[in-house]
Amino acid sequence: MNKQDNNKSSYFYGLVHGIYTLLVGMETSIKVFFRKKTTEQYPENRKELKMFDRYRGTLTMPHNENNEHHCVACSLCQMACPNGTIHIISKTIDTDDGKKRILDRYEYDLGSCIFCQLCVNACPHDAIKFDTNFEHAVFDRSKLVMKLNHEGSKVVEKKKES
Amino acid sequence: MFDFSIITNWLHQSLLSVMPEVWAVVLECVIVGVCIILMYATLAIILIYGERKICAFFQCRLGPNRVGKWGCIQVVADVFKMLTKEIITPNQVDKFLYKLAPYMVILASFLTFACLPFNKGAEILDFNVGIFFLLAVSGIGVIGILLAGWGSNNKFSLIGAMRSGAQIISYELSVGLSMLTMVVLMGTMQFSQIVEEQADGWFLFKGHIPALIAFIIYLIAGNAECNRGPFDLPEAESELTAGYHTEYSGMNFGFFYLAEYLNLFIVSSVAATVFLGGWMPLHIVGLDGFNAVMDYIPGFIWFFGKAFFVVFLLMWIKWTFPRLRIDQILTLEWKYLLPISLVNLVLMVLIVVTGFHF
Repeated sequence: MNKQDNNKSSYFYGLVHGIYTLLVGMETSIKVFFRKKTTEQYPENRKELKMFDRYRGTLTMPHNENNEHHCVACSLCQMACPNGTIHIISKTIDTDDGKKRILDRYEYDLGSCIFCQLCVNACPHDAIKFDTNFEHAVFDRSKLVMKLNHEGSKVVEKKKES
Repeated sequence: MFDFSIITNWLHQSLLSVMPEVWAVVLECVIVGVCIILMYATLAIILIYGERKICAFFQCRLGPNRVGKWGCIQVVADVFKMLTKEIITPNQVDKFLYKLAPYMVILASFLTFACLPFNKGAEILDFNVGIFFLLAVSGIGVIGILLAGWGSNNKFSLIGAMRSGAQIISYELSVGLSMLTMVVLMGTMQFSQIVEEQADGWFLFKGHIPALIAFIIYLIAGNAECNRGPFDLPEAESELTAGYHTEYSGMNFGFFYLAEYLNLFIVSSVAATVFLGGWMPLHIVGLDGFNAVMDYIPGFIWFFGKAFFVVFLLMWIKWTFPRLRIDQILTLEWKYLLPISLVNLVLMVLIVVTGFHF
């Protein structure tokens, strides 16, 4: 055993080192004591309450100001969903370039969603995302089935590359 | 300086004017007893509330805040709930010992509590071997704990009680030795004189290095004496459910609970009395104006302020460190605290003999 090891296992080194580590612990806990508390007093602070950004509350489909979304009705999210929560009903329309499949209804059943975020990860166009709204209570189960695309919305036209 | 003996003397004189002295003394004893019990209960409520709040703050929570403003009557409600609960006696217990145990614990706690000098002239038990008496009666508590463990006829209780016994008896040595170190410096064991002698500086400053070491050792050992974390393995929930009071319900459990918190207060206030000057205001020699201002603050505020400061220190320790194993507890006592306090005692004697203290 060299001298340093001997030194570390000695009585006085252990004593002083022990006291030092205890003081480090006490310093940490007194910092926490004066820190802002993390408790949220929910119904009272309902107006100010802001959940963290990555919280998975409800699945939504963001629409821009022209009532356009990004969903191309590829139904990858429907396939990714382990519970069959998502149903994509598409329709085919005629355009100048020929036939095209577009989204008709995007149905999302909140009652069977497990908030795994696989649909969001599967989406190639970032058309859907989770928002932080968590107040889901309703009186009827049928109200949990939501249509995510807004009335009269259409997909964002891809900029023609010239 | 407000002198509490004015009130007691006035009470004594006015009682003497209507009844013979024997009856006056008996009546005074009853009044003092009722006052002690009331103070005991009030302090327990304050301490439990403080513990829950301070614990919450150390864990970045808010703590109780629904019953009353900031949850301040939460503990009062808990006490009333406890009083209304049925006291269950399990079938196979040793009935006499089982019922005796909580009273032993609470008796020891009351006796030590009565030794504390709250204010000038407000000492209840004050005689020339005060510290000796305090250490002796605080030892009764361990009998109650052992009886509770044995009488409950429950393995968890018995293991908890044996752990508690081993721990308390070991740490009593360190408490005794650190007190002895201070007695060497103080030259008296009477609480009223101890406080009077600190009029020109608290013993923590007068005895400098050995007093500081004794203070720290006293805090560690005192914390272990009242079975609080990180030395709370007699009631380690994960292993022993609740240790020696597993089988107790209702107010019998309440007595253990009260005694635990009051022992915390007693340890703190003895530390405050012996090391931090008790009810004596902060006096700095030479600054007469400052001393006069400090004298306007009444003694009991100083006493409770200091005691609750030490309570906060102990709670800080409790909510910082993890629980020790039984072998670690005994190693800490027998390999570290005891040799250090023996060396410290010699150091203190040398300092007192050479007159090196203030």
